[in-house]
Amino acid sequence: MNSPLESLVLFQVGPVPITQAVVTTWAIMVLLVSGAFLLTRRLDLVPGKRQAILELIVTTMDTQIVDTSGANPAPYRAFIGTLFVFILVANWSSLIPGVEPPTAGLETDAALALLVFLSVIWFGIRSDGIGGYLKSFAAPNPVMIPLNILQSLTRVFSMFVRLFGNVMSGVFVIGIVASLAGLLVPIPLMALDLLTGLVQAYIFAVLAMVFITSTVEDGQRAMSEAVLSPTDQKKDP
Amino acid sequence: MDYVPLVSIFCAALAVAFGSLGPALAEGRAVAAAMDAIARQPEAANTISRTLFVGLAMIETTAIYCLVIALLLLFANPLLA
Repeated sequence: MNSPLESLVLFQVGPVPITQAVVTTWAIMVLLVSGAFLLTRRLDLVPGKRQAILELIVTTMDTQIVDTSGANPAPYRAFIGTLFVFILVANWSSLIPGVEPPTAGLETDAALALLVFLSVIWFGIRSDGIGGYLKSFAAPNPVMIPLNILQSLTRVFSMFVRLFGNVMSGVFVIGIVASLAGLLVPIPLMALDLLTGLVQAYIFAVLAMVFITSTVEDGQRAMSEAVLSPTDQKKDP
Repeated sequence: MDYVPLVSIFCAALAVAFGSLGPALAEGRAVAAAMDAIARQPEAANTISRTLFVGLAMIETTAIYCLVIALLLLFANPLLA
């Protein structure tokens, strides 16, 4: 049996080995980008069937973003929505025979988690400025600075291991059952895998949103405290 | 005789066995509490089940960590390399 921690190299481009996960990722990217381009080419003020479905998807994502964070969804819609749709399609790509989902490899998940880590910094700096973002590390009080730095690293790491472990274990179990029991036996497990893939994609997107908004809010609170504190101290007897 | 592969396999099995005990108990408690809450307030079922799913995934992560450790021991053991 192949180790689930290694990735299958298909061919080499110069010194760079191209693994199966990379090929699948690019195929999904081509599918999503061309699909998004083709489906949104002619948008109308009065939506047709196709546009109504697309608007339903976007509205659902907006509702979820507002429900989890309470923030205005406009700045986050593109990033969070793309994360969700990409991970969902990647998880469900295991339904095509012979395709292993790219999220079952360590590298893809690490890249996605790195994107979340960078986007937390980007949204933090964009809404609060560099000073406000740095102050968000001293959120309750400055004693917490080392813990907050550690937390910003470990939560991203746990996101990446969570996605990898869930998707990889699903693929692994199906492989074991198929090799032990035969062709049609793993079908219930594959159905369970569909649910796991959906839940994991949802959780990845929700956690990314929660991390971003918590950083933004911490920064804003730190800024407003810095502005308000002199007057507050005067008022307090 | 070389004991490292034997001990690695044994420890991988132990890690998965004991690592799934805690999360299983915790998930049972979480689902029971959520059922209780939904029975009391059926109109809040959407919010509760969404939070429940996120919480379950968080709890499950600890079991997944143990699985990853077990697979590391079996397939990428640094002591055997």
